[in-house]
Amino acid sequence: MLSYIAKRLLLMIPLVIGITLITFIVVHLAPGGPVEVETEMSMKASAQARENLKKLYGLDKPLHEQYFAWLKRLLTFDFGTSFVDGRPVSGKIAERIPVTLEINVLSLALIFALAVPIGVLAATRQYSLFDKLTTVFVFLGFSTPTFWLALLCMILFGVTLGILPISGIRSIDAAEMGSVERLFDHLKHLVLPVALSAFGGIAGLSRYSRSSMLEVIRQDYIRTARAKGLQESTVLTRHALRNALMPVVTILGLSVPGLIGGAVIFETIFAIPGMGQLFYASAMSRDYPTIMGILVIGAVLTLVGNLLADISYALVDPRIRVKGDT
Amino acid sequence: MITAGTLSGLAWKRFSRNRLAVFGLMTIALLALIALLAPVVSPSDPTAINVYKVLSPPSSTHLFGTDELGRDVLARMIWGSRISLKVGFVAVGIAISIGVLIGAAAGFYGGRVDSVLMRFVDVMLAFPTLFLILAVIAILEPSISTIMIIIGLTGWMNVARLVRAEFLTLKERDFIAAARAAGAADVRLIFRHILPNALAPVFVSATFGIAGAILTESGLSFLGLGVQPPDPSWGNILTAGKDNITVAWWLSVFPGIAILITVLSYNLVGEGLRDALDPRLWQDGKR
Repeated sequence: MLSYIAKRLLLMIPLVIGITLITFIVVHLAPGGPVEVETEMSMKASAQARENLKKLYGLDKPLHEQYFAWLKRLLTFDFGTSFVDGRPVSGKIAERIPVTLEINVLSLALIFALAVPIGVLAATRQYSLFDKLTTVFVFLGFSTPTFWLALLCMILFGVTLGILPISGIRSIDAAEMGSVERLFDHLKHLVLPVALSAFGGIAGLSRYSRSSMLEVIRQDYIRTARAKGLQESTVLTRHALRNALMPVVTILGLSVPGLIGGAVIFETIFAIPGMGQLFYASAMSRDYPTIMGILVIGAVLTLVGNLLADISYALVDPRIRVKGDT
Repeated sequence: MITAGTLSGLAWKRFSRNRLAVFGLMTIALLALIALLAPVVSPSDPTAINVYKVLSPPSSTHLFGTDELGRDVLARMIWGSRISLKVGFVAVGIAISIGVLIGAAAGFYGGRVDSVLMRFVDVMLAFPTLFLILAVIAILEPSISTIMIIIGLTGWMNVARLVRAEFLTLKERDFIAAARAAGAADVRLIFRHILPNALAPVFVSATFGIAGAILTESGLSFLGLGVQPPDPSWGNILTAGKDNITVAWWLSVFPGIAILITVLSYNLVGEGLRDALDPRLWQDGKR
């Protein structure tokens, strides 16, 4: 198992290098490059000042040298300093990541907790009313612009009913609350963002676990299990579900980039101070060091998500593990 | 029972039996017609400001109400449908072209070409798409053409994987060996002999891709990063909806429904195409 993980980690190295390369290329596509942006803010920036800035960022060197210098600094988690407030980018990102991760992990848990039972129930009752309703829900889930749904939920729960907060992650008076009350207040703020960022995933994964389950149910070993007189519930949970879940875990891992990307939209709508909101603000102010830092971290988080999915896959499927060991 | 006929003929037969897919196709056709005839069917100028009718609710003169500048929402939605149509087709056109070229090269040549191209695909897939899109918009000016190009440039990876998979199996077939023996060059083999046989999953993926592109564009315009006011798009009407969330529900409801119906239609057609184009699903009679 350990050698399987080690092998997977080694395979990630070229991908991470590719991620840094693409990030670097995307940002250096900028006409005039980062310096133009910083100097165009102040009209008085002289040609001399520009040259100084270029030297400061090493922008007078050839592109490949710049890339390797940047890469070297990345190895020590030095993402440079923000153009906006001069603070280290790594610190800015570090204080934003926890909220984003919290929402994403809760969303993933919600997706898994709802989608798998829905998919399994729909599969075991194929063509039933529940199955048909699931299909309708799946199509609506795929087709609904979630930011619009967020807007409607804000109107309904926040404005009309007034039962859920619609912005931020805590109330203004949170500092004066007791710890239990404060936690409750925080969770209340997370209900809408988590539910909405999970929405699309629930639709997608329900459909996927339904078809995965349908496929497994038709296998010979399920017929064997039934033939030897096992109870239907045992056949479904012990024999079918375990096998049907394996590909589902992988798909759950693949939904990580969508969730992280979606953070831009949800954190902007719900005014949540996470990585997505920071990225939006950085893009708006063309804060290149922060943009590059978040691009790299966002992509690496995706790789980590995929790795975790693969590891859990290997944990439930001995075939993978053994093949990886040899 | 399967009767003799061309693949497209058989596929159409199956497709037309799928009521939901046909409904989707008709809706798409209707929307396209509205978009094309926008100057004729639009009740008024979508950019005409009327300070006396700011945020007036739906009425007989303004079926979907007016926005914060007194502009007719229905007119803005009709003109906005042009944007959705354009973004969907252009972005997917770009994505398909790149995906087919990369997937075909990887699948046909195999070996090192394949592993380099597929690692590139893996790297591109690791980026949250919205992050990449936002980074590029930060650098270039947000506009409808920027949006279309970026959505295309960040949406080709799945097509490349599909095409590669098709090429891997197709290139081993006898008719390719025959064509090669007859002296066909690589380019001819790829584009004349293999590609036409690999297109079915590409069409399906393209249909879903249009749905995705429309969703992405509306999201970006909603964030103020897509179509810029005063030009109307479904997404930027929703921005006005968010700004007036407590007073003007109609600004939030109608454009969202328009996006939902449009995207749903493309998804239904995509689903219908998938079933219709996959001969493996034909034996079981009905869906």
